[in-house]
Amino acid sequence: MDGFLLQILNGLDKGSAYALIALGLTLIFGTLGVVNFAHGALFMIGAFCAVTLQRFLSLSYTVEDPTQKDFLGNPLKVETPYVESWFGPEVGSTIIDWSVPLAILLAIPVMVFLGLVMERGLIKHFYKRPHADQILVTFGLAIVLQEIIKYYFGANPIQTPAPDALSGVANVGAIVGMELLYPVWRIVYFCFAVLIIFGVFAFLQFTTFGMVVRAGMADRETVGLLGINIDRRFAIMFGVAAAVAGLAGVMYGPINPPNYHMGMDFLVLSFVVVVVGGMGSLPGAVLAGFMLGILESFASTTWATTTIPGINQIIIYLVAIIVLLARPRGLMGRKGVMED
Amino acid sequence: MFGLDKKDTTLLLVVATLTILAPFLLNPFPTASGMAQFNAGYPDLMQRFVIFGIFAIGFNILFGLTGYLSFGHAAFLGVGSYAAVWMFKLFTYNVIPAIIMAVIIAGIFSLLIGFISLRRSGIYFSILTLAFAQMSFALAYSVLSNPKFNLTNGETGLQVYADDPQRFHHDGLPDLPHLFGLSMRSTYTMDVGAWSFDFNAGYYLCAAIMLGVFYLAVRIFRSPFGMMLRAVKSNQTRLNYTGLNTRPYTLAAFVISGMYAGLAGGLLAAMDPLAGAERMQWTASGEVVLMTILGGAGTLIGPILGAGFIKYFENIFSKINDNVLHQWFSFMPDGIENFMVFIVHPFVGKGWHLTLGILFMLVVIFLPGGLVDGGQRIGKWLRSRRGQKEDKTSGTTTPAE
Amino acid sequence: MSKSEVTRRGVLKTGAVAGAGLAVPTIFTASSAAAYTNEPTGGTVTLGFNVPQTGPYADEGNDELLAQQLAVEHLNGEGDGGCLNTFTSKALKGNGILGKKVTFVTGDTQTKSDAARASAKSMIEKDGAIMINGGSSSGVAVAVQGLCQDAGVIFMAGLTHANDTTGKDRKANGFRHFFNAYMSGAALAPVLANEMGKDRRAYHLTADYNWGWTQEESIVASTEALGWETVNTVKTPLASTDFSSYIAPVLNSGADVLVLNHYGGNMVNSLTNAIQFGLLDKVVNGKDFKIVVPLYSELMAAGAGENIKGVLGSMNYNWQLQNEGSKQFVKSFGEKYGKPPSNSAQTCYAQTLLYADACERAGTFNPCGVVEALEGFEFDGLGNGKTLYRADDHQCFKDVLVVRGAQNPTNAYDTLEIVEITPVEQVSYAPNHPMFGGDEATLGSCNSGA
Repeated sequence: MDGFLLQILNGLDKGSAYALIALGLTLIFGTLGVVNFAHGALFMIGAFCAVTLQRFLSLSYTVEDPTQKDFLGNPLKVETPYVESWFGPEVGSTIIDWSVPLAILLAIPVMVFLGLVMERGLIKHFYKRPHADQILVTFGLAIVLQEIIKYYFGANPIQTPAPDALSGVANVGAIVGMELLYPVWRIVYFCFAVLIIFGVFAFLQFTTFGMVVRAGMADRETVGLLGINIDRRFAIMFGVAAAVAGLAGVMYGPINPPNYHMGMDFLVLSFVVVVVGGMGSLPGAVLAGFMLGILESFASTTWATTTIPGINQIIIYLVAIIVLLARPRGLMGRKGVMED
Repeated sequence: MFGLDKKDTTLLLVVATLTILAPFLLNPFPTASGMAQFNAGYPDLMQRFVIFGIFAIGFNILFGLTGYLSFGHAAFLGVGSYAAVWMFKLFTYNVIPAIIMAVIIAGIFSLLIGFISLRRSGIYFSILTLAFAQMSFALAYSVLSNPKFNLTNGETGLQVYADDPQRFHHDGLPDLPHLFGLSMRSTYTMDVGAWSFDFNAGYYLCAAIMLGVFYLAVRIFRSPFGMMLRAVKSNQTRLNYTGLNTRPYTLAAFVISGMYAGLAGGLLAAMDPLAGAERMQWTASGEVVLMTILGGAGTLIGPILGAGFIKYFENIFSKINDNVLHQWFSFMPDGIENFMVFIVHPFVGKGWHLTLGILFMLVVIFLPGGLVDGGQRIGKWLRSRRGQKEDKTSGTTTPAE
Repeated sequence: MSKSEVTRRGVLKTGAVAGAGLAVPTIFTASSAAAYTNEPTGGTVTLGFNVPQTGPYADEGNDELLAQQLAVEHLNGEGDGGCLNTFTSKALKGNGILGKKVTFVTGDTQTKSDAARASAKSMIEKDGAIMINGGSSSGVAVAVQGLCQDAGVIFMAGLTHANDTTGKDRKANGFRHFFNAYMSGAALAPVLANEMGKDRRAYHLTADYNWGWTQEESIVASTEALGWETVNTVKTPLASTDFSSYIAPVLNSGADVLVLNHYGGNMVNSLTNAIQFGLLDKVVNGKDFKIVVPLYSELMAAGAGENIKGVLGSMNYNWQLQNEGSKQFVKSFGEKYGKPPSNSAQTCYAQTLLYADACERAGTFNPCGVVEALEGFEFDGLGNGKTLYRADDHQCFKDVLVVRGAQNPTNAYDTLEIVEITPVEQVSYAPNHPMFGGDEATLGSCNSGA
């Protein structure tokens, strides 16, 4: 029973990342009709916002300590972060400790800006071009972005630990009176994802801006004829989508240390999620994200792998095939979207 | 000639000349010069050029004609390679049965996957093919390589061991893939002055096969069947309303392109008898998509150009290290030399991915029709210049529109 | 189609002969009348360094490349001479190899066997490389080793830890300086028993491919021999990024040790996840829960950060070793690059020097001569202490290090501390050991490509 509940939690957690990336992908696709292969790279850049902030906060001055030796026998250079010397060691180290949550503040403007630049500078010229061209150009962009990151940060993963207060495990079973230990940060990640998802839906549902965007998604031309500058709003939606991917990335850092190709690792998966959910359907993307996350978790249990050897390797793809054969447009897809 | 019109005949002859003369054309720089780094005329890369050319030609029959974007074609290439290596292991190192088997197995495999995937269109089709290919990759990489049932030899790659049966192998035949005794690796090196040219048996076998399948592709493009496939691309719904069932046509195109992929896989194994699972990974499928779009989807020659372009980068640019850069710029004063090396450094060697990414973007932004489009533009520009000259002599200019 | 191809080739060949007057049939692109593949004829000799430069192991590859460049410098008599000063064989004089200046070419393996073979071929066919050195995965090592055997050049393996490289896939032209999974098991087991007791229950998470399986097999065998019980062995897909669903079941399995048979990014993530789930804070069966990572590298340690504290593993070499060769190497490498060398860097450096030395001693670059010179060669002074290249399987035998994540590292480089230097006798095995292909495994005969 414990095992079962733990796998549900694991699934929800994996699903959070899938759902957030797929949500952004669908926003871009639903509004602009663009297949964005650089979306994984945006997720990765988000994670590296946290790395950058951590590096920035830990910027240090060095003092040579003659009492200690480095590996060559020279005096050891002791590094003290500026933050610690300005705010005192305790406050300073707390600030560094909290660099991941703080990075959200950095990531939002960076990602929105990056999204807008991408849309205005590049994607805009590809609205009328075939999907194949969009794929090629965004794939090229994804490679360029990740190679730039690799050039500055190397290929090795970089730890971005959660704040001490939010690491460790908590007993989530306490509510129902049983013991169920689960990492605190993973719970934080799940709550954060739910918050963002609700935020995006509320934004689209309850604001005028969102209403116009939704109208534009349904019928772009008519909205345009009404004299509304739909292009500008769609461009902003691109920025929002980039921010969603980026935030998913920032918060993912403590779960698994970021590396430059983490975006590519998620790219194929997130496309599968979007398609299983149904092209252009936001609730579909979220639903499919959580569903595939949970299924993936259960497929990796010993019980599943002894029943069907290798099931953990192929489950996602197997589910995708079954869903697409049973439901032609994924779980909640609309007719006529991306079918030609 | 060969049932082709004049334009296609010329194209075929041009391709034939280029492939036959490739050892010369790809080695334009003297061996000892600094520019020799850019020579691509060594057997392995020449083989890769034509083999991936075949792969892309086949992919283009599906994607270029019908518009169905498959993200799983690498699976057929991989299956072809495995089939070929198994033929080597079980029967003989002769490449003919191996290649035939590769095509057949890939054909059957693509028939199965195509039959299911083609029930959907658009991106749903793409994801279905991707899912099948990724499943094949995962199975080949680990599940089907367990000690009890080792079909693929997993991470290491399937290869021929000394204790394999090799039923029809006998002494006197080379211990490597061969064509009736002629080893695929035998190479004639011709030294002319400072230049050196390699004529490799394997390359010419691949080149001959490529010319054959290229001819076949031209015929398909020009046939009524090809017209039908184009009709599918332009408006499938209308086609369906006229009472035509398009499925058999698209399935045929899918299987044909799968067999091309299998042929390429078989040839890869024939040139180098090792089949690795990475050949089936989605990045490999993506690569052939990129080759085709980069060269020019729907054009005859485009995919071959695209294949050459990407393979050239992978094999030539990745080998330029700082040492080579310093040699190049050694004629400059030290400060400028270091500066130039510093500037170029991020784009070559371990940065070859970056250059490739930038070029993808540049090509697709400025040449919507791929490299072929670029060639046509240059051709048009040259013609219009000549035209302008003539215009000037006649004293009239035509407006731009 | 094939027939007409043959005749066309015949025509071409005749044309070529008539035109140039010299066209000599050879396998690969050895120049005319060569006694063996890529016989160096000018004043230089070219070595091929084939390492991952793109993909997840790019940093590892870069380290290997730096070490190899340093080795070339030392061979050519530049720099401080490095381990030429400490090497027990004094054949190398710092004037290149056999009087020829050493140059090198580099290639990108991408950690894929196909790409690695392609770049190795390009170095052999185009650049005339006489040996291939480096690499960062066992799949790549086995694939490139097979290629070098066919082509008639020497292969030195770089970082490869699977038993198969010198086990069932051993080749006469290939040598491995790195240790292997069996040695990890043999070295680790006594230390584990010592630190954790003999009645532990182990749970294995294993990367689901060849290397993972051989390591799991080796560790299970050596720990069970000491009385440990293996609760479960679970295979994880290579493509996994999140290991939570594999870690969670460990909690209730009754196991008190978790063994992570993972490498690189897989290991960094699985260890990070295991720490997240608080495994190290648990007490099971009345004992503190422990984690073991049988194969460590400096880059993995850096990637895993704080999480490796107290976690045991094994290594081929560590810069903190205090023998003469090691001190000299760390000094040369550190002064040139500003950081201590990693264990894969040391492996590639040592292999380059060993190859050069073997050529000098054999008096030829002929691969068969080199193989003969390396087989059964015993030496010291390259950093690992006393070392033997065994003739039967071309595996190198030397002491193996058991290391532990340091509790209080003083800088970025001493995150691992040496717990024990396991003597070579304890990690030796028979060449026909069942884990290494048994009696069927053979080296074959050396191939010089002639």
